[in-house]
Amino acid sequence: MSLKALDYESLNENVKNCQYAVRGELYLRASELQKEGKKIIFTNVGNPHALGQKPLTFPRQVVALCQAPFLLDNPNIGMIFPADAIARAKHYLSLTSGGLGAYSDSRGLPGVRKEVAEFIERRDGYPSDPELIFLTDGASKGVMQILNCIIRNQKDGILVPVPQYPLYSATISLLGGTLVPYYLEETDNWGLDVNNLRQSVAQARSQGITVRAMVIINPGNPTGQCLSEANLREILRFCCDERLVLLGDEVYQQNIYQDERPFISSKKVLMDMGTPISKEVQLISFHTVSKGYWGECGQRGGYFEMTNIPPRTVEEIYKVASIALSPNVSAQIFMGLMVSPPKPGDISYDQFVRESKGILESLRRRARIMTDGFNSCKNVVCNFTEGAMYSFPQIKLPSKAIQAAKQAGKVPDVFYCLKLLEATGISTVPGSGFGQKEGVFHLRTTILPAEEEMPEIMDSFKKFNDEFMSQYGDNFGYSRM
Amino acid sequence: MRRFLISQAKTLADQIRRQHHTSRRFLSLLPSLSPPVPSPLLSLSRFLSSASNMSASDSTSSLPVTLDSINPKVLKCEYAVRGEIVNIAQKLQEDLKTNKDAYPFDEIIYCNIGNPQSLGQLPIKFFREVLALCDHTSLLDESETHALFSTDSIDRAWKILDQIPGRATGAYSHSQGIKGLRDTIAAGIEARDGYPADPNDIFLTDGASPAVHMMMQLLLSSEKDGILCPIPQYPLYSASIALHGGSLVPYYLDEATGWGLEISDLKKQLEEARSKGITVRALVVINPGNPTGQVLAEENQRDIVKFCKQEGLVLLADEVYQENVYVPDKKFHSFKKVARSLEYGEKDIALVSFQSVSKGYYGECGKRGGYMEVTGFTSDVREQIYKVASVNLCSNISGQVLASLVMSPPKPGDDSYDSYMVERDGILSSMAKRAKTLEDALNNLEGVTCNRAEGAMYLFPRVNLPRKAIEAAEAAKTAPDAFYCKRLLNATGIVVVPGSGFGQVPGTWHFRCTILPQEDKIPAIVNRLTDFHKSFMDEFRD
Repeated sequence: MSLKALDYESLNENVKNCQYAVRGELYLRASELQKEGKKIIFTNVGNPHALGQKPLTFPRQVVALCQAPFLLDNPNIGMIFPADAIARAKHYLSLTSGGLGAYSDSRGLPGVRKEVAEFIERRDGYPSDPELIFLTDGASKGVMQILNCIIRNQKDGILVPVPQYPLYSATISLLGGTLVPYYLEETDNWGLDVNNLRQSVAQARSQGITVRAMVIINPGNPTGQCLSEANLREILRFCCDERLVLLGDEVYQQNIYQDERPFISSKKVLMDMGTPISKEVQLISFHTVSKGYWGECGQRGGYFEMTNIPPRTVEEIYKVASIALSPNVSAQIFMGLMVSPPKPGDISYDQFVRESKGILESLRRRARIMTDGFNSCKNVVCNFTEGAMYSFPQIKLPSKAIQAAKQAGKVPDVFYCLKLLEATGISTVPGSGFGQKEGVFHLRTTILPAEEEMPEIMDSFKKFNDEFMSQYGDNFGYSRM
Repeated sequence: MRRFLISQAKTLADQIRRQHHTSRRFLSLLPSLSPPVPSPLLSLSRFLSSASNMSASDSTSSLPVTLDSINPKVLKCEYAVRGEIVNIAQKLQEDLKTNKDAYPFDEIIYCNIGNPQSLGQLPIKFFREVLALCDHTSLLDESETHALFSTDSIDRAWKILDQIPGRATGAYSHSQGIKGLRDTIAAGIEARDGYPADPNDIFLTDGASPAVHMMMQLLLSSEKDGILCPIPQYPLYSASIALHGGSLVPYYLDEATGWGLEISDLKKQLEEARSKGITVRALVVINPGNPTGQVLAEENQRDIVKFCKQEGLVLLADEVYQENVYVPDKKFHSFKKVARSLEYGEKDIALVSFQSVSKGYYGECGKRGGYMEVTGFTSDVREQIYKVASVNLCSNISGQVLASLVMSPPKPGDDSYDSYMVERDGILSSMAKRAKTLEDALNNLEGVTCNRAEGAMYLFPRVNLPRKAIEAAEAAKTAPDAFYCKRLLNATGIVVVPGSGFGQVPGTWHFRCTILPQEDKIPAIVNRLTDFHKSFMDEFRD
């Protein structure tokens, strides 16, 4: 009679249905191989520090001092910490009620939320209310909290781009909702066509789904495209007309590798559009310390800002946040530092700028190296990585390869990626983990491996790919576009 | 203008919500299988329906994410620890800054939440040394560091960094947490229990609370799935069950016998739930208890383990207060140790043990560190747990490091050992002392009885409210214990949580007060509390 309460069969179906490929089959296989001694290059997740990117010095100095405040009493502290780091540590400690070890306000330290609001105001040119900003243990937690408020049952649909970052599909699954896909246009640089949106919504509604919200990831993940202002206006107009909450995942806003389409926040565009729409569209914007040039994934720091959400709903969201008591305080300080970094004249300013620029300029170069590298491979077509941290090449798998995959019981792009892993140690995520059009295959890799190692990695990939294409090649039957 | 409107709407919304919530909370914590409902409820339920008509401020109903269209499970869940009374206290605190003379006290003392470092408790120095070195690893290359940090903290930091690929503390780790840290924790569990622990059974989480949520998510598919919870309980459980759409099946702890747990009562509640078509999936035990503070006797624990095995229940053992035991006649025994001592292995019982860095003598709430040790699950279930953990990628690294330090603190012979022990013993003995002082003070109040705090961080006195007070509460449209607590707050600045936030036998009233204000504040707290209670009773005595 024992253990019947937790057999696999009786587990929550929503859990069983949810998938998260980023740490799924490929990653697990790569980890196994690593244990066996094979050199693995993990490009499966946007995890810059794991691939050699160094943390920025200034924030680490500040947080270390906050971690061990007794250091601040030591007269020699000025010998190994710059004065501005010491001052900033004292500033953040004064914002807490008991240092890093005390629960903060469930929404995050008011002082840090104020700094975030000021950052948003400087960035967009419109005021921001700290009361409508909640800090969270990473942006992912914020996304989950918000979707949890929106999704009531299976009839609630969330518009999600395809390809998408599978946090969205996994969370919608876990919450028992329905994912309503809208396809990005690969031939148009992963552009967003409002007609596709309309079609997706109409189809969902005809199936009895109430479409509640729309997710945009800007810059995109895995696709990297940066939305134009015109595009954002269309989207906001669409959300207004269809009465959808817009969820703006903007975690890659610092990662822009072209100059034609700089980052512009959804909030700014909304406010620019003026009344009545600026008072009607409900918008929730997400940001993080994990990406950008900070790459502080392990801290778990993020926030969301709510626009046009009614006060009582805000209270309910606060209530749910309060059950988890508070986001971790160290990460809140990282967030404060990110939104108010060293200024010209500060002792640490030059070093900070040097480090930041170094990272961003290198990312820009790596985006180009990777895109060009993929495009030089047989049967591989790759859109340029305009932003974010990923490359998402299309692999035109020959029909023989697709057959072999079927025989091996694998989805075709999983088959390809596993072979790539075994041959080269490069661990990627198959495109099926993100969603793609039927019969079109991709893989996602990051642009994060060290610049010095990139040429070798791209050579290794090219060698594998071109051999694979020869092995399974025929001159007809490429996978359709 | 927008800000003004929002604050106006907020005030009105606050008022409505307060009334709405009070009556709803009063109802919601009445378990469906409890003793008969007393009559005051009927009038409150009438009020409940009229309150929901008063939503004039929410005229934004044309917008998609309004209260009408929000997930009803979110609306249903409650969490009193940071609820209404705390909001009032925060407003008072703001006002005190400019209006000192308007109040009979000059500070708010937050006794509502187990947040030691917000009330002056200092962190353990060794732990913070290691964390600082891990945060800013270039310190380890500086010669001055040896003058600023203890030798063993430097050694430990090196050891930990060597367990982190690339020494990158800013990278996402394995979704269960860094392997080397799990090894350390497993070794610590083994040293504590005398039975082996497997690092692969450990999931490091951002505090124990997310781990509890994960388990609820796995176990609960619908309202037909039930979780046995102690009443009174820490409302994370009731809230989490509500959020995941399950049913809370209560079992009452017996106040008269020091909050004892009777297996016969467990069995009765289980059977009643089953007869109503509920599949009871798990049993939650909080040991040491929150809010009740009792430490279970080992024999009691054996009975509980046997019960779970017999009935096929997952045992969810919340052991976050394992280092907080204040009485010489009780000792903490982990449920894992108890199970293994009965020779129950992986095939006999499914057990999930929760631990946190927030409590104990370390009190590192803001770091969000914790873990669950998951045993007795088949591998296909384990994979699902891993999958859910992976969606959030990993818990914060600093919290992971701290969890490993908590489970393997300095040992005799280590440089920091002596000072560490002084800090640790100082905090724990002070907690024991404060627990006793406050317990005695509460027992001296007219109509108040308070069980001793054997462990944890709280006192949960029972207040025999006179009839007149209950009537006044009704007239104020507030639950009687909330009425008392608000009066207490307004008279003394002391913030406690009404017992209805935790659940109690209907018709009894309690509040939860922490033992955490620093020792020098305790006499003033006792005096103010005593004076307040006397005048309250003078006003309402029958």
